[in-house]
Amino acid sequence: MIKAFLLSTCISLVLSACSLEPVQPWDRDILAQQKMQLVADPLEIYLDEHTYFSKEASSGGQSVGGGGCGCN
Amino acid sequence: MQLKKTQQGPRNIRRQLAVATCSLLAGASHAGGLIASGDNWKIDSALLLYAEKDRVSLAEGILSISKEIDDDEFINARIVTDVLTGSSPNGAVPSNTAQTFTNPSGNSTYTEAANTTPLNHTFKDLRNALSVEWDTPLSRSLRGTIGGNISREYDYLSTGISASLAQDINQRNTTLTLGFSLNKDTWDPVGGVPVGFTVMPTSSTNKKAIDGANTDKTVKEILFGVTQIINRQTLMQANYSWGQSDGYLTDPYKILSVLENDGSGNLRGTNPYIYENRPDQRTYQSLYWKGVHQFPNENVLNLSYRYFWDDWGIQSHTVDLRYRFDFDGGHYLQPHLRYYQQGAADFYRQTLTDGEEASLAYASADYRLGEFVTQTIGLKYGFEFKNGAEINFRAEMITQEGKDRSADAVGVLQNQQLFPDNEAYLLQGGLSLDSDMVIKYIMRLFK
Repeated sequence: MIKAFLLSTCISLVLSACSLEPVQPWDRDILAQQKMQLVADPLEIYLDEHTYFSKEASSGGQSVGGGGCGCN
Repeated sequence: MQLKKTQQGPRNIRRQLAVATCSLLAGASHAGGLIASGDNWKIDSALLLYAEKDRVSLAEGILSISKEIDDDEFINARIVTDVLTGSSPNGAVPSNTAQTFTNPSGNSTYTEAANTTPLNHTFKDLRNALSVEWDTPLSRSLRGTIGGNISREYDYLSTGISASLAQDINQRNTTLTLGFSLNKDTWDPVGGVPVGFTVMPTSSTNKKAIDGANTDKTVKEILFGVTQIINRQTLMQANYSWGQSDGYLTDPYKILSVLENDGSGNLRGTNPYIYENRPDQRTYQSLYWKGVHQFPNENVLNLSYRYFWDDWGIQSHTVDLRYRFDFDGGHYLQPHLRYYQQGAADFYRQTLTDGEEASLAYASADYRLGEFVTQTIGLKYGFEFKNGAEINFRAEMITQEGKDRSADAVGVLQNQQLFPDNEAYLLQGGLSLDSDMVIKYIMRLFK
């Protein structure tokens, strides 16, 4: 049930993107800032993912790769 | 904040806009956005100190270097070293009497006091890891990234490759991402690979049954993602991931307590501990959403949610929130909250009863397969120099609280805490700068 709900939410988000007003390249000054990146601090995210990978049964979701570890 | 960055020169403006229009959106690779500045190497470094209350301590250092080697073409290399020492729960439950276990090597024993969570005190490791990544445009709207990684520990070797494609559409307001990774890992556990459900000796004169000196597993993952610019201040990402692990997925150092059959909760008289045993395949999936939004006061909200599930019966929900407050002069503060809730694997057991292992295919008392909640609260302080360098520090507290399985907490065990709750503290410092800053600094030293 929750999977179906989340999948339909994602699909509707993708479809609704088509109706958005496109942001032109010259209007992307804010989006270009480092603090606006999806991964603003890659090393911090790497360390967090490594920490939680060794303490929880779930991992990933945001990216693929990165390597394994005997910690889990 | 943007005004400060534009002071770095027109080449950086062009590069940042290029990042905003395409490479920013190619988020399938693990390294995240590869942003090198000018003709220099971009150097990012961080040192993490992590300590659990009465358990594991870890120091981890990272050095990452990136460079734009051609127009819009980037390479990145990352070196990681971590040193780990301390104690980890071995899977056995507390008892009202002292308990004796053999070390993984089988050559010695250790005794845990009554009414305490049994810990394996031989936890000590040094890990070195290297990863490289090459990110290049394949056409005006298509980018490709390939990478490789190798990680070596005393008893574990991991090698892997990854690749991703990112296609921009909708005037580069939407990016479709397809990523793939393949990992081949080898276990070389101390004392050999124990046979699942066989007895852990309680004296060094008896030896555990092993199935060879080493074993391996393969992990493959696929990711499909959509990144969408919503407006000038908002960006969103939605990913679906699928992964499968094949091979040896058991933890060779974890055991289970076996109780008498009489409901007393007492350990059985002989051979009270057996090695755990897990399935040799695991398929997992996740749905991930992230939104980044900048408010008119230039503060930034970074919010994500992940729903994860697998065929071992585990489901989890993760919410992660970072909110960055910007102050005058390049200072910022960023609180961090994370909430993680996990359901137990179908074969998670905190204890077994005498003879039960004969009727079970799999069982593990590894707390990481149990039902628990992890909560994180933290604060980061950063300072951005006018030349683009940044220094930052963060401190966080992580708590992990789990549930006892009522079916396993029988008799005297009802007075014990079976799930080993945990509390950890994290300190991190980071420094980012360009290679020319380092060179200038060194030259100044020798003048």
